[in-house]
Amino acid sequence: MNVTLKNVTKKFPSRTKNTPDVYAVNDFTLEFPDGKLIALLGPSGCGKSTTLNLISGLLKVTDGKVLFGDEDVTDLAAEKRGVGLVFQNYALYPHLTVRQNILFPLQNLKGKEKMSKSQMNEKAENIARLVQVDNLMDRKPSELSGGQQQRVAIARALVKMPKVLLLDEPLSNLDARLRLQTREEIRRIQKETGITTLFVTHDQDEAMSISDMIVVMKDGVLQQTGLPQEVYDNPENLFVAQFLGTPPISTFDGEVRNGTLYIGDDVVFEGLSCQEKKVTVGIRPEGYVLKENGAFRCSLKRVEVMGRDITVISENENCNSGEIRSIIGSDNKVDVTKEWVCFDLKPEKVYVFDRESGKRLREAEVRSNG
Amino acid sequence: MDKKSPKALLYLLPSLLFLGAFLVYPLVDVFVYSFEEGFNFASGTSFGTGLYNYSYVLHDPYFLQALKNTFILVIITVPLSTILALVIAVGLSSIKTLKNLFQTVYFLPYVTNTLAVGLVFMILFKPTAYSDGLVNLLINLFGGQSVDFISGPYWAKMFVLCFYTIWVVMPFKVLILTSALASVNKDYYNAARVDGTGKARTFFRITLPMISPMIFYLVITGFIGAFKAYSDAVALFGTDLNAAGMNTIVGYVYDMLYGNSGGYPSYASAAAIILFAIVLTVTCINLAVSKKNVHY
Repeated sequence: MNVTLKNVTKKFPSRTKNTPDVYAVNDFTLEFPDGKLIALLGPSGCGKSTTLNLISGLLKVTDGKVLFGDEDVTDLAAEKRGVGLVFQNYALYPHLTVRQNILFPLQNLKGKEKMSKSQMNEKAENIARLVQVDNLMDRKPSELSGGQQQRVAIARALVKMPKVLLLDEPLSNLDARLRLQTREEIRRIQKETGITTLFVTHDQDEAMSISDMIVVMKDGVLQQTGLPQEVYDNPENLFVAQFLGTPPISTFDGEVRNGTLYIGDDVVFEGLSCQEKKVTVGIRPEGYVLKENGAFRCSLKRVEVMGRDITVISENENCNSGEIRSIIGSDNKVDVTKEWVCFDLKPEKVYVFDRESGKRLREAEVRSNG
Repeated sequence: MDKKSPKALLYLLPSLLFLGAFLVYPLVDVFVYSFEEGFNFASGTSFGTGLYNYSYVLHDPYFLQALKNTFILVIITVPLSTILALVIAVGLSSIKTLKNLFQTVYFLPYVTNTLAVGLVFMILFKPTAYSDGLVNLLINLFGGQSVDFISGPYWAKMFVLCFYTIWVVMPFKVLILTSALASVNKDYYNAARVDGTGKARTFFRITLPMISPMIFYLVITGFIGAFKAYSDAVALFGTDLNAAGMNTIVGYVYDMLYGNSGGYPSYASAAAIILFAIVLTVTCINLAVSKKNVHY
């Protein structure tokens, strides 16, 4: 089922007279497509969890509409919306066994949906098999590892076949290795059930690696949505460019004069339609090409050889994001005794933003495809 | 460190001495008295040893009355006060406006002087030259006959005693349960809501198991406290509880020691040991039951 948010705003009134009201989510409009795995991505405090809770119904919207399919659920209480929610701390009932935890939502069903005991047990068994906890059914949550608790929580949320599955920071309580494993697991479970799934994360790797669509938020405002690669390749603004990618994008104070983009005195690109502007230039780490007499000069600091590729760490006085990390193929040779290193830049990896607003300035960029 | 080190013993000595002198020795002494027939404090002599004291106490109609009173008191007040406290605590946790006011109101009896409480109950129940007490005024208003709650029929006196006991022990229970309810993680309730759980089911399947350790703590201490009831009865019916037929086991022990018909430490000791045995048994049963039903 697709979920639509229409101009959704959530305001938390301020506690004291002197502070303004907090807009956790501000005028958020978006349709989450049916059957996809969607990541809500943003730094902490950006309103992504609030958005999730507005969809679950645990929070009421201040303004706007929430639709499941064509049905307006804005005024429907959480218990009537039929969503599955996995909490950050899992919230498994500690006094119930895994089986009882999974059965719990089924036992709530009333009227036509009511099931017989054997039906419920069968459903619970099936879902437990899907998330691979079927051999742990008679344990208490305290006897499970973090990863197992996570699976049980997902099973509990899935067992009544919700219209939407919501996961709040599903991987944040797991260690690094388990996180990799579990995110694949979430992807697999989502594919097998085909339930529209939204998950909240602040980890861009997590979002990029498994989701069909990412939604980047900042300060309660929707920044950009799209396929992960699309958003990475084509950021709408400086924030999105900086937020996605490891190592992060390097940014420089630049200037456009007479259709030429300068960083300091180095000419980066010529023949732009833009005339005069102060800009911020972002260059992805993979956007550098090592070249003896390249246009872009940086002072060489050190080189990290990673086997597959080489990371050149350098500095530039116009850079405002610390050291510049550029990743080049390991077939390049870098003379570490030299003081300077020169690069050519790949035009598609260079983004130009308005220095004031942070908005992307496409007219100040060179694009091969137009 | 060596477990048998004399140093360790030295550090323990002060508390061991005090515990020995004021706890262990009296306990053992009471146990010994209870088997010595006709022990006399003044001369320090007795007629002999045996089970006579127990036999006397168990055949004494006053003791049997006290036993009956105590059991009725325990069976009525412990469950009733706990359930009422739970209802009030749940109510308190679910309201927002005036929460603090109500919390204070419910906690007032706990900080109120026993004598002041006694006075309030006098006004409520005691007949005076001018009226039969506030409760009787109410009964009269609805067309009923006045009941003498202080020196009237047994059920009326027992009602007042139970009412008083519940009223006195409830504030503490409300306080404990309110904080127990507040300590339940809100995520459990949110999870239950999203799963479409009804209010009653949420309460019985989630809230109650979560606070069950506190409930059982209150039940166990409640049983022990109710078995030791004495001062409440005195506050309501005066010191001659045997005459009023409202004596309790502890009251009987006291009367045997210092009362008008007192001076029988052997009988008192035997009664005290019987009470001890009863409390021990009930507590053990409680613990056994709680092991099955209390989570974590």
